[in-house]
Amino acid sequence: MSDRILMQGNDAIARGLVAAGCAVAASYPGTPASEILSSIDRWRKKCGATMHVEWAVNEKVALEIAYTAAITGLRAAVSMKQVGLNVASDPLLSAAYLGVTGGFLVVSADDPGPHSSQTEQDSRLLAMMAKVPALDPASPAQAMALAGTGFDLSEAFGVPVMLRPTTRVCHASQDVDAPPFRPPVREARFVKDPARWAATPAFRRKLHDHLAEKIAEIAAWPATAPIRVNPEVSPAKAVVASGVAFAHARELFGELGISDRIALYQVIQPYPLHAAFIDHLLGTYAEILVLEESAPVIEMQIADRRRVLGRMTGAVPGTGELLPEIIERLLSRFAGLPLPGRPLFAPGDGRRPTLCPGCAHRSAFYAIRKAAPAGIYPSDIGCYTLGINLGAVDTVLCMGAAISQAAGFDYAHRLSGRQVDIVATIGDSTFYHAGIPPLIDAVVQGARFVLVILDNGTTAMTGNQPTPGSGFGAGGEATAAVDMEGIVRACGVRFCRTANPDLLPEFVALLKEALVHARERNVAVVIARQPCAMVVRGTAGMQRDVIVITAECTGCSHCVTRFECPALVFDEVANQVRIDEMTCTGCGVCVHVCPVGAIRMGSAGEKRS
Amino acid sequence: MSADVGKPRAVRQQILLSGVGGQGILFLTRLLAEAAIAGGFPVLTSETHGMAQRGGVVVSHLKVGGFDSPLVRTGRADLLLVLKRENVPLHRPFLADGGALIVNAPVPTDAGSGVRVHAVDADALALSAGAPHAVNLVLLGFALARVGGGTAGGFFCSGGEIRGALLRRHAGGGSRLDDALSALDLGIAHGT
Repeated sequence: MSDRILMQGNDAIARGLVAAGCAVAASYPGTPASEILSSIDRWRKKCGATMHVEWAVNEKVALEIAYTAAITGLRAAVSMKQVGLNVASDPLLSAAYLGVTGGFLVVSADDPGPHSSQTEQDSRLLAMMAKVPALDPASPAQAMALAGTGFDLSEAFGVPVMLRPTTRVCHASQDVDAPPFRPPVREARFVKDPARWAATPAFRRKLHDHLAEKIAEIAAWPATAPIRVNPEVSPAKAVVASGVAFAHARELFGELGISDRIALYQVIQPYPLHAAFIDHLLGTYAEILVLEESAPVIEMQIADRRRVLGRMTGAVPGTGELLPEIIERLLSRFAGLPLPGRPLFAPGDGRRPTLCPGCAHRSAFYAIRKAAPAGIYPSDIGCYTLGINLGAVDTVLCMGAAISQAAGFDYAHRLSGRQVDIVATIGDSTFYHAGIPPLIDAVVQGARFVLVILDNGTTAMTGNQPTPGSGFGAGGEATAAVDMEGIVRACGVRFCRTANPDLLPEFVALLKEALVHARERNVAVVIARQPCAMVVRGTAGMQRDVIVITAECTGCSHCVTRFECPALVFDEVANQVRIDEMTCTGCGVCVHVCPVGAIRMGSAGEKRS
Repeated sequence: MSADVGKPRAVRQQILLSGVGGQGILFLTRLLAEAAIAGGFPVLTSETHGMAQRGGVVVSHLKVGGFDSPLVRTGRADLLLVLKRENVPLHRPFLADGGALIVNAPVPTDAGSGVRVHAVDADALALSAGAPHAVNLVLLGFALARVGGGTAGGFFCSGGEIRGALLRRHAGGGSRLDDALSALDLGIAHGT
């Protein structure tokens, strides 16, 4: 038996952070970064570490909490997905100027592709803008090691450091040796220095000068210098790669047999790129191919444009993930080899994601279309974005925007003398994250729309992390819980009602009432409260009712297209709908959906034990 | 265990596992990865998380042996396990010439020339056993029995090694372990 254990990239990052003495960790869930914080809490318990670990209300708050721990001398980390860093960019840019006294790591996970994100933006560009160093791991094992290196770098120069994994690192798994845990011996000690920690613009200029000096020194720091893979050869060409693009390239160098004719370098710290490395590249090679995701961060720092090939020159595709098939073609062309004959993988039309069987969001969306058939439906980020399949989601912009967009639609149409029904949807976690300020704004401006808060009591899309309303924390410990209705009313909303969307006819009636209020007065809020089907499914001793399709089914497909439950399957041979017993939860909402009443609950005798 | 018993055999294998969210592709991937580590092999996987897990296409890459990249390139997979047969056209391009496709389907799916196709109605088997959520282990058991384990052209590990990985996962025993082992055995019985 091996001592090595299988670790997912996010788990490895967590282990690296805890082993390096991280004392405070905060995060807001988002794919591909979600598992980092829950893993930190698992390792905290396993190692017996004394830590504060929290799911924060959003990424900005998470970064500010962790950053503040790092100005008391403790080691601290914040983790998020790349669009979360947009939310947290305000404190990050300022924190770069003020610096830290304890190590501070900002883990921002990018998603080239994108696989599960609104954008495929490159967090390293934000690191450049903020002037904080960025580290770019190629594997789970390297990500684990760089967590410790990042803390050392942060403390050596007193700056925040970004660790930037991508989906293919976060959600890769690998056999690794876990580093030992050494309990940190530090105590929090905040040394007052208002000229620094509360710097006014005059001082900020000095801090900026100081930051620029630090960045120049970091561009010579040995521990993060680029690594030459094949130092034994002296060719005229070089490939410079970072992140998982380096992992693909290294494997392909072996397979294509080009290690003797092209130099291969791994860049570990894309920003700031080591100054001596830039000089070495330009003094040694006639041609340099740069492979990195997803923006040309390394490429733009290599000044001689005539010798560099990359995303900026068009030699490397300007968008999309650098899949190994693409890198194989780039390397073959660069090495003067024939191009591989096999076609690139084209993700086809495979089955699209859909809301789970038994998900109450489906009921809410069906009811919204019933109550406001000609409405405009702004929505938001979460599982319920999948309401797009049900025709009940018209816009998705970013966290919290459903509410501001609902208001924007109202003002725009009213200017044109038109009143339209607007029904916005937002999840509970997203509402707490970024929905409260736009709701206050809508109340103040007198916006007229219905807001449906889809309250399933969890952050479902990312793996059922708690929300501020859950009453428990990252490790399952009891916390205070906020009162959603109280928040809505305190924002100034006069119509606020809560109901279970699975009681479909009653819920449609409530929505109609809310629509009347919105048309005649102002914003109305309906809280659709029913626990997440994924959470309920895990409950022991749950009995499933049997749903029956009767012979009256006309094969009209209404339930399949408008309700789109995966457990309702259209049987083309029989020209009827049937129930998929593998997936049906027996929630029975579809009974109210069939226009001819051909779906009914099974009788007691038909019940499963 | 003596030092030389677990000595790595020369293994270099790439496997693709394909299905839709909720079918347990991730579980199968990690189980196989744990069996690889127990066998003394380096392993790299790439998983699908996020929105796709809500019933959309889910694919895992598994590379056993000395690899750097976590992704399998098209035309390189030795084995392709498909839990949702409608994914076959989507992921067939990953299979190498001479590779094997193992698919959850009542009848063999057409996969073109140059590959071996093995089909089993794992849905029906899992349902009849009263364990619809164990369809993944039924297919894996079938695959291990049909293409072999620890042999040329077969899996890098045997059914016994998968059994060992399950025992380590559910070290406390209990009904979940029993259910998992029965599902694996059910698949093995139908593949033998």
